[in-house]
Amino acid sequence: MDLNPIWLTLKLAGITTLLLLVVGLPLAWWLSKGRSFVKIILEAIITMPLVLPPSVLGFYLLLAFSPQHGIGKWLHQAFNIQFVFSFQGLVLASIIYSMPFMIGPIKSALQQLPVSLSQASYSIGKTKWQTFVHVLLPNIKPSLLTAMVLTFAHTLGEFGVVLMIGGNIPNVTRVASIAVYDSVEQMDYAAANAYSFILFSITFVMVISVFVFNKYQLKSPLE
Amino acid sequence: MISVTIEKKLKAYKGQQVLKVSRTFEAGSITQIYGPSGAGKTTFLKIIAGFIEPEKGNIIVDGITWLDTKSKISISPQKRIAGFVFQDYALFPNMTVRKHLEYATSDAAWIERLLAIGKLETFTNHKPEYLSGGQQQRLAILRALAIKPKLLLMDEPFSALDPEMKSALIGELKMIFDEMGTTVLIVTHNPQELNGLADGELNIN
Repeated sequence: MDLNPIWLTLKLAGITTLLLLVVGLPLAWWLSKGRSFVKIILEAIITMPLVLPPSVLGFYLLLAFSPQHGIGKWLHQAFNIQFVFSFQGLVLASIIYSMPFMIGPIKSALQQLPVSLSQASYSIGKTKWQTFVHVLLPNIKPSLLTAMVLTFAHTLGEFGVVLMIGGNIPNVTRVASIAVYDSVEQMDYAAANAYSFILFSITFVMVISVFVFNKYQLKSPLE
Repeated sequence: MISVTIEKKLKAYKGQQVLKVSRTFEAGSITQIYGPSGAGKTTFLKIIAGFIEPEKGNIIVDGITWLDTKSKISISPQKRIAGFVFQDYALFPNMTVRKHLEYATSDAAWIERLLAIGKLETFTNHKPEYLSGGQQQRLAILRALAIKPKLLLMDEPFSALDPEMKSALIGELKMIFDEMGTTVLIVTHNPQELNGLADGELNIN
């Protein structure tokens, strides 16, 4: 059995989770503070992948980043970057597709922290950044872990978006979920079963770990 | 000296009411603030600290304008550095007693003295969830004192303390306030509990 699709999937999920953590933390923090029309619109856009058929998202990404038109053409000519049928394209699509899974739990957790925690930190002269790092972030650890695991697990299971923008190129864009589909198409049920079982096991262990970890966090006075 | 003139609309059960206060506080004075629930006592303290903006008003502390709604001046809470004791304590669940104080100040000798004042020396490695209500309240007071504030705003700071602890702590605080020349505003539902700590009063109703 070719294990490359599994490694590629884990690499994609890992990179997506890390990048989304970097992008998602400040974005979730900003969204958690107050409401404005801009924030409502942005939140709606971030949430869209939850309800939109993945193939629709993948189709528009394919159009947007096609090297023949618009942004895709400019990126290709100016920086020699191609998002269509490439691994970086999968990363970009995964970031957009999994963004609500990272932003949602972090934003909710930040909103649930009493506002007086931040105020107490400001009153002793701490900046917003110091408050975020030393006070807010350590007190949303369970939600942070949940967000990371959900993002990772969701990226493992991507199919429609990945197929649309990445296709099925071995060692480049052929991730495990596509390998399952491909194996079934070729009537190779043993391989399909092996890929499926590995994906199932990884996801199951991760989700169970989060439940176990968060169970102990219930002692937190914030819960 | 602190000069405060503010006007702030408050949401109330029976529609809207307006919090209007115009008052000066001498440097080093200790003022107790009382009044009925919902009158805006906490809001008043939070406006001074910079957490809430009033519709109109100005706050001048030792000649420095902290707030002037006409000139749209409002310096941040971080620059005001007014010590604040929150009614809900607002302790950081992730920090131990010692870490709370170390987060506020790097003065190790001062931290030891504060721990002694709050009688928390034996609880330095405890997180708030493992402290009693009274211990949590004392920690909230110590954290506010850690920055040696020139202005200290205290919202119901003694409500969870037993009479003996309250009396001892008030005695210690009085000494520290005198030593640092701290101006203190204390919101209380029970003016008698301050045991003569305050030398002035403000009724908000």
